[in-house]
Amino acid sequence: MDFSSNPSRGVLLAGVVALTLAGCSAAPETGEINDPYENVNRRVHAFNRGLDKVVVRPTSQVYGSVLPKPVRTGVSNFAANLSLPGQVANNILQGRPMNALTNTVRFGFNTIFGLGGLMDPASNVGLPLTKTGFAETLAVWGVREGAYVELPAFGPSTERATVGLVADIVLDPLSFVLNSPEKYVPMASEVLSRVGDRYTYSDFIDSILYESADSYAQSRLFYLQNRRFDLGESSDDDAFDPYETLDPAPAAPAR
Amino acid sequence: MTRLIPMKPSTPLPLPLPGRRVALFGRRAFMTGAVAGAIALQTAGGALALTVEKARAMITSAVGEISDVIESRSAQPQMFAQFERIFERYADVDIIARSALGPAARSASPAQMRAFTEAFKGYLARKYGRRFREFDGGRIVVKDARPLKSFYEVITTAHLKGEAPFEVRFHVSDRSGRDLFFNLIIEGVNMLATERTEIGAMLDRRNGNVDALTQDLRKAG
Repeated sequence: MDFSSNPSRGVLLAGVVALTLAGCSAAPETGEINDPYENVNRRVHAFNRGLDKVVVRPTSQVYGSVLPKPVRTGVSNFAANLSLPGQVANNILQGRPMNALTNTVRFGFNTIFGLGGLMDPASNVGLPLTKTGFAETLAVWGVREGAYVELPAFGPSTERATVGLVADIVLDPLSFVLNSPEKYVPMASEVLSRVGDRYTYSDFIDSILYESADSYAQSRLFYLQNRRFDLGESSDDDAFDPYETLDPAPAAPAR
Repeated sequence: MTRLIPMKPSTPLPLPLPGRRVALFGRRAFMTGAVAGAIALQTAGGALALTVEKARAMITSAVGEISDVIESRSAQPQMFAQFERIFERYADVDIIARSALGPAARSASPAQMRAFTEAFKGYLARKYGRRFREFDGGRIVVKDARPLKSFYEVITTAHLKGEAPFEVRFHVSDRSGRDLFFNLIIEGVNMLATERTEIGAMLDRRNGNVDALTQDLRKAG
């Protein structure tokens, strides 16, 4: 697919934004799970689980055992660095000039002093990685989370995050300046970085996918809570008070 | 051994100290600093601040013991037994178990609840013990504590090797008659909700049979 030769990219973005604004109309209360597509989602989840079992997990095991840790870290750093121009664009759209500046300096610093982004010296000089994307931009603009969706291959998402994901791929500034085949480098390194993550967090991901009683419900819960936390959308009101909810108050038995 | 040093001095703990007298020097220095801290706090905030500080001190002590277990690098069964004791000492296991079981807790008999709670405690120690082991070589630093709803929230930062620091929050309450934590929130993901979902799914699979669930829980985690 060659997105950059598509002249209607602007039209696509406009459509995408309009769709998001309209499509995320179902108002999810904070702290709740809005999953009207559960039946379809569960089928996609079964597919993703199979994909992980047969392809992703075995690939990540090979990747992790063949490449030593410093190399894997280098790949993740490289991919993260290439995502920065897109993040700067989003920082601007979010009205966060300081973040845009930080990420710009970070990009320049790591590209020049970090061997083209393979190393991450910027984190050691007070310019830490702060991931953002178009999904967060939509959140800043007031677009609601929408329904929970599990995407084939990509996994847990929401309506808003799905629009963000598509926009991040289609509108990546690097894809405008790079020619073929270099323009596929960011995507390829991102895929490798994800494979590396699958290896690094293998125990944890395995415990959710293969050891929990309902891996669909567990991954949905983990994703939604973590996303809301990252976007600052979880509030104190969501804090669960089991002493309030339980009736009658159980007498504390002697231990 | 790296002892976890609290960011600010705290009040001495009204908690049973661990049987092992490790890191006494650390604790003594910590207590000396605490006196000055306690005086400053009493003039500033009264009873509320003191309770915030108690919650903070309790979690400081709990994460210290968790680190000790991780750093002891014992064999897995011993490690899990030690985590189980930490849960007994610092966590309100009864309320966590009751909350995880959900509506079924209301119809369960006291004997069923006791058996379930006991099995659940072991399951928690194994499951979260495995996660804690990933903290090997890292450290957890207590950053802040604040009142929240009817309880207290203690905010800590976990620094793991080769990873960006992340946040772990503990919710602490004295509603059981002791200062105990009842929830643990890692980067927004909370233990009560996770276990409610998990135990609920396990119970559904066993057609709501609490005894069968208890039996299987003894091996799970």
